Amino acid sequence: MDRLSTRFAACKAQGRAALVTFVTGGDPDVGSSAAILDALVEGGADVIELGMPFTDPMADGPAIELANLRSLGSGTKTKDIFAIAAAFRARHPDTPLVLMGYANPMLARGPQWFADACSAAGVDGVICVDVPPEEDSEIGPALRAAGIHLIRLATPTTDAARLPTVLNGASGFLYHVAVAGITGKQQAAQAAVEQAVARLKAATDLPIAVGFGVRSAEQAAAIGRVADGVVVGSAIVDIIGSHGDAAPPFVRAFVAQLRDALNASSPQFRETAA
Amino acid sequence: MTDALTLPNSLRSQPDANGHFGPFGGRYVAETLMPLILELERVYREAKADPAFEAEFAELLRSYVGRPNPLYYADRLTQAIRANAPAGMGAKIYLKREELNHTGAHKINNCIGQALLARRMGKKKVIAETGAGQHGVATATVAALFGMECKIFMGAKDVERQKPNVFRMKLLGAEVVPVHSGSSTLKDSMNDALRHWVSNVHDTFYIIGTAAGPHPYPELVRDFQSIIGKEIRTQMMEAEGRLPDLLIAPVGGGSNAIGMFHPFLDDPEVAMIGVEAAGEGLDKKHAASLAGGKSGILHGNRTYLLQDEDGQITEAHSISAGLDYPGIGPEHSWLHEIERVKYMPIKDDEALESFQTLSRLEGIIPALESAHAVAAAEQVAPTLDADKIIVVNLSGRGDKDIFTVADALGAEM
Repeated sequence: MDRLSTRFAACKAQGRAALVTFVTGGDPDVGSSAAILDALVEGGADVIELGMPFTDPMADGPAIELANLRSLGSGTKTKDIFAIAAAFRARHPDTPLVLMGYANPMLARGPQWFADACSAAGVDGVICVDVPPEEDSEIGPALRAAGIHLIRLATPTTDAARLPTVLNGASGFLYHVAVAGITGKQQAAQAAVEQAVARLKAATDLPIAVGFGVRSAEQAAAIGRVADGVVVGSAIVDIIGSHGDAAPPFVRAFVAQLRDALNASSPQFRETAA
Repeated sequence: MTDALTLPNSLRSQPDANGHFGPFGGRYVAETLMPLILELERVYREAKADPAFEAEFAELLRSYVGRPNPLYYADRLTQAIRANAPAGMGAKIYLKREELNHTGAHKINNCIGQALLARRMGKKKVIAETGAGQHGVATATVAALFGMECKIFMGAKDVERQKPNVFRMKLLGAEVVPVHSGSSTLKDSMNDALRHWVSNVHDTFYIIGTAAGPHPYPELVRDFQSIIGKEIRTQMMEAEGRLPDLLIAPVGGGSNAIGMFHPFLDDPEVAMIGVEAAGEGLDKKHAASLAGGKSGILHGNRTYLLQDEDGQITEAHSISAGLDYPGIGPEHSWLHEIERVKYMPIKDDEALESFQTLSRLEGIIPALESAHAVAAAEQVAPTLDADKIIVVNLSGRGDKDIFTVADALGAEM
């Protein structure tokens, strides 16, 4: 089994949702990224999403947009992102690493170059925000041939008629975008998340991770009771925005809170603790 | 709006079913927007097939916009060019007077069409991005006309630079949202309009201002703007009994140009030049995506973009705010690659010169965008025989630009 399936299966065996955490690569600068990624793992993250910075991140809210601009402003290049990924893979051989970003930086040198670079750096999966299934040929075939998962997004606007299109060619896990909107502040109603996850689970065997607007341990725990994974991004990126290169201990502490909340929501964990 | 006689192998039959013009165009949007874009396409297909839709569009263009606007023979400009051309040279120059439309530019043609689509989809709120404010004013105008709530996203820098247009939009009942993200200019206002749209898809229609963005926008904007080329065809037959030899239009996103060119794409005797903004020069700051960019993906479509080797978008520059965008409509990228249309760069100083030339010779103050096309005509006309005919798209009027021009010329207002 590959790293993503192994990790989701392990979390399931523990009766809890996987904790998926996002940070933008090179934020606040390339030199700080390794310590921040390590803090995510030490805090208890199961899956790491590493954002490739882009000048025009139009699916992101202010927090992640600023992170993109901080990273680019400090001189981060595409080669730095792959160097950060490769070094992470060397330090953490078992933690799944997913690159997340926009089509233009990913495809600037062509899909084959990108797939090869992912493969060489030990990247497990890719989330490309602005390549919907209709444009899969831009990036999908090259990634699949290189054994890299193309992770698709389902949203509140993805209706039953469209869902099969989204699932066709999806792998790794399915990322459920909980709110129709951008990353950051808006929060989905728990009932809506539960309904959506049930609908998605009925349609696919892929693990379902829920993200967008998840900011607190309480929310993460609530979503973790129904989903296979919980994605937290903007809240961590805000910490990096406030603390800069001194962020790692704060990031570690916040991620540990999230992880504790997921553990506590696990029936097995509660039994063990009792 | 389609011509039933258009053949499948025609240059006018693009885009394909997935919105591609050759390798360009497409639908590169977040999944949240995909269902809405597919719905828009469905509604647009229905509307195109509905004679009532076309009739209402045509009537509004007539009674509200003031179409058809004239095709005007610019005799003094033509004679001035001939005076400095070799004997027997100097093509005859006509101007298509889009600047006489209500709100002073071609933008309104598209806004009327899209507002009709918004109403058909039951959307009561419209949003738009704007640079100099022309598309914002046109959108605010149709929102008032249709009784729709309107929000205009405008870069904070542009809000400061274009106060008269900001006030116009407010008078028309629109809310102007200053955009502080990124470089605070047109591309950032488009980013924020997309962010707002993705968060309000259920009740909001995005009136994109140019023939770019995700499919079906490039197609429908082109179709709405094609009234320009269709009128030229009829008017030129009346005036000269034949088709023109050359069409010239300015290209930012390129909606006025594609609207002018499209009805002539299958007429091989009609040559076309799209004029890109070369700013301070192609080796310096400019906005010429075809001359100085390469293929990439931004704002929903694959097209030529100004970008670095990592695919980061670089800032555009033009003295004309309407051309100050790092991309171009996807159909232009395709027409460039198949060489059906020639694209030519014109610099800020050349446009400024022609801005003054046209004002003095013809009593018409052109928009700085349109002045780029006039400059190209002034360069090309002397190389053509005197019996050749050029049509220049005078896409907008220059009142909005007088402050910029005064500043560039060092004149006191």
